[in-house]
Amino acid sequence: MDYELSHLRMLEAESIHIIREVAAEFERPCLLFSGGKDSVVMMHLAAKAFFPARLPFPVMHVDTGHNFPEVITFRDEAVERSGARLVVASVEESIRTGRVAEETGPRANRNRLQTTTLLDAIEENRFDAVFGGARRDEEKARAKERVYSFRDDFGQWDPKNQRPELWSLYNGRHHQGEHIRVFPLSNWTELDIWQYIGEEEILLPTIYFAHRREVFRRDGMLYAVGPYITLADGEEAFAATVRYRTVGDASYTGAVESDADTIDKVIAEVAATRLTERGATRGDDRVSEAAMEDRKREGYF
Amino acid sequence: MEMLRLATAGSVDDGKSTLIGRLLYDSKAIFEDQLESVERTSRDRGDAYTNLALLTDGLRAEREQGITIDVAYRYFATPKRKFIIADTPGHTQYTRNMVTGASTADLALVLVDARHGVVEQSRRHAFLASLLRVPHLVLCVNKMDLVDYDQDTFEAIKDDFRSFATKLDITDLAFIPISALNGDNVVNRSASMPWYEGSSLLHHLEEVFIASDRNLIDARFPVQYVIRPMSDEHHDYRGYAGTVAGGVLKPGDEVVVLPSGFTSRIAAIDTADGPVSEAFAPMAVAVTLADDIDVSRGDMICRTHNQPHVGQDIEAMVCWFSEQAQLRRGAKYHIKHTTRTGRALVKDLQYRLDINTLHRDESADALGLNEIGRISMRTTVPLFFDEYRRNRDTGSFILIDEATNSTVAGGIILGPTQ
Repeated sequence: MDYELSHLRMLEAESIHIIREVAAEFERPCLLFSGGKDSVVMMHLAAKAFFPARLPFPVMHVDTGHNFPEVITFRDEAVERSGARLVVASVEESIRTGRVAEETGPRANRNRLQTTTLLDAIEENRFDAVFGGARRDEEKARAKERVYSFRDDFGQWDPKNQRPELWSLYNGRHHQGEHIRVFPLSNWTELDIWQYIGEEEILLPTIYFAHRREVFRRDGMLYAVGPYITLADGEEAFAATVRYRTVGDASYTGAVESDADTIDKVIAEVAATRLTERGATRGDDRVSEAAMEDRKREGYF
Repeated sequence: MEMLRLATAGSVDDGKSTLIGRLLYDSKAIFEDQLESVERTSRDRGDAYTNLALLTDGLRAEREQGITIDVAYRYFATPKRKFIIADTPGHTQYTRNMVTGASTADLALVLVDARHGVVEQSRRHAFLASLLRVPHLVLCVNKMDLVDYDQDTFEAIKDDFRSFATKLDITDLAFIPISALNGDNVVNRSASMPWYEGSSLLHHLEEVFIASDRNLIDARFPVQYVIRPMSDEHHDYRGYAGTVAGGVLKPGDEVVVLPSGFTSRIAAIDTADGPVSEAFAPMAVAVTLADDIDVSRGDMICRTHNQPHVGQDIEAMVCWFSEQAQLRRGAKYHIKHTTRTGRALVKDLQYRLDINTLHRDESADALGLNEIGRISMRTTVPLFFDEYRRNRDTGSFILIDEATNSTVAGGIILGPTQ
C-alpha cells in the first residue's frame, strides 16, 4: 500500500471532517439544499460523514418560487432518499407578508429578496450553523472567504474582520443570535465537483445535461422562455440544445449551448471550457464588479 | 492525481502576482471572462499593463486601495497534480496571513528580485516557513531578464540564502532562476539560461516528492463525533468518527483510549463505501472497538506502545493575531487542540522573537499583533499532544478570546513543561 490519496479523496476527507466538526460543536445546524450540483455533492458528503446513521440535521431550501420544475422534483426525491427533514423558506411568503417587495420591470428577479427570506428562516429556526455549497474558485469575493464564516446578529459578513483559519482547527464560537456559515466545498473546483459526481455516480437534475429547450438571447446569455421572465422588444425565442452549468432561480440563470448529454461529456466540456460557470450563466453576478461581495455582506449565500 | 498545497508570500513588486498569473494562465486556470474583467478594470484605472493582481484581489477595498488584505486561495491543475495556492500579501497583516497559509502548506514559494537579492522580507518568509514546518521550500530568483540572465548573480543569491538557511530547520530547499514576465523556467525550461540544469518551476511543483512528508509511524485518532444510528438495523452500532492525524490504523490493532486508559482492539474501520483494511492521515473514517467502553468527542485513540504526551503544562511558540488586545502573562483563553477544547492560562512569556534577526527579547512583557513568542501555559483539561515538529495535527492549537470569540493566536507545541 502506498498510503496516498487522490485529490478527490483528499477533498472528500476534508469536507467530511468539516461537516462532522459542525455536527459535534453546534446545537442547531442546517444544510442549504437547492438541488444544484454543489448542494447535491454537499449532501452526498454529509450522508457519508454520518453513515450508517441519517443526517443529524435538517436541510433547507430557499425557494424563490421561480423554479425549474425538474429541479423541485429532484429536490423532493433526494431529500426523501436521505431521510432528512426538509425546511422550505419561501420568498413568495416573504412577499405576501410584506417582508420584501417584488421587483418590477422586464429584468425583475428575486435574487436579492432571497437574503431576507434566508435570514428570517435562520432566525425563526434558531439555526446556529448553516452549510452552504459555495466554492472559492467560483468568484473573487468567495476566494477570500473562510470555511467557517462568521455572521453577526444581522447575518452580515465582514470581509475585513474574518477569523484566521489555521491547520484544520475551526473556531465556531459565537454569541446568541450570531451564526456561522460553513462551506465544506471551499477547496473544490467546478471540475473537481464533476469528476467526483462521475466517480461516485451521484444523481443530478436532468437540466445539467444537454436537452432541447425554448430559449432567447439576452446580454450574450441564453435564458429559458418560461412564466417568470418577460421578453423585451427585439428578443426572440428559438429552440436550442442546451444544458445548465449552474442551477439557480429560473429568471436569472442562463443555459449554455452544449451537446454534453452524459457525465463523461460534461467532464470533457468543463475541462476544456474557457469561461467560468458564473461568468457564463449568472445574470446576478453581472450587476457590478463587486456584485457578489455586496450581496454576501448583506447575508446572501 | 495527487494534491499539493503551496503558500506564496511577497509584494506586487517582486513579481509574485505575475508569477501566479502565469502559472494559472499557462495551465488554463484563468478563464476568458476573468481575464477580460481584469483587462477592463486595468484599463479603467489607467494601469499601464494588465494587472494580474486584480485576479486575486477581489474585495472592493482591495481594488480601491490597490492592496491585498487577506489570504486568497487559487486553484489550478495539470494532468499530474491539483494545486491549491494560498497567496498571502507582503505588507499588512503579513505574519498572520503567512502563518495561516503556511499552516497547511506542503511547499512554500519565496520570491526574490534578482536585482536586489535576499532582503529582509525573504528571510522572514523563509523563517516562517521553517517555523510552521512546511516540508519543502523553493526560492525563485525572479526578474533574471533584468540581470541579463547572469549565472553569477544567481549563484551569489543562492549562496547568500543558503548561509542564512543553515540557521533554520529546512529539510528540502530548491533554487530556480526565472523570469515570470517572460515565462523563463516557469512552465518550460528557458533557452536564455542554458547554464541552469534544474527543472522549471512547474515541473518541480509536479515532481516534488510529498508522500513521505506525512507521519505514518505514530497512530493518532482524535475522536470527533460518535455515530449512533439508533435504528433497528444498526441497533448497537457505535462508530467513533474522526480524521486520522498520524500513523496507520488497522482492524485488530491493540489500542488505548485517552484519557480513560481503557484498552481494546479495533474491530473495524468503516466508511460509507464499506470497511477498509487500513486508515492513514488524512482519511476520515469511523472506528469501532471490540469492547464496549466509554469513548466520546475529544478522546484520543492510539496504539498502546506509542502514546502522545498527556499533560496540562505545555511549552509553545505562539503567533499573536489580535489588534485589539495583547497577549500577557496571567491571561486566560479558550483553547482548541485536535477535537479537544478547554481553557488555557498563560503562565509565562519567556521571550518575544524578532523574526528579522531571530533575536530573543527576554524583557518583553506582551505580544502584539503579528508578534511571535515563546510561552508556558497550563490548560484546564489534559491535552494529548506531540511536538509540532513530529506531528502538525497533534502539535498545533489555537487560542480564542473569551469575550469576543476571535481567534487570537496560533500555537506550535514544543513539548511538555519540564
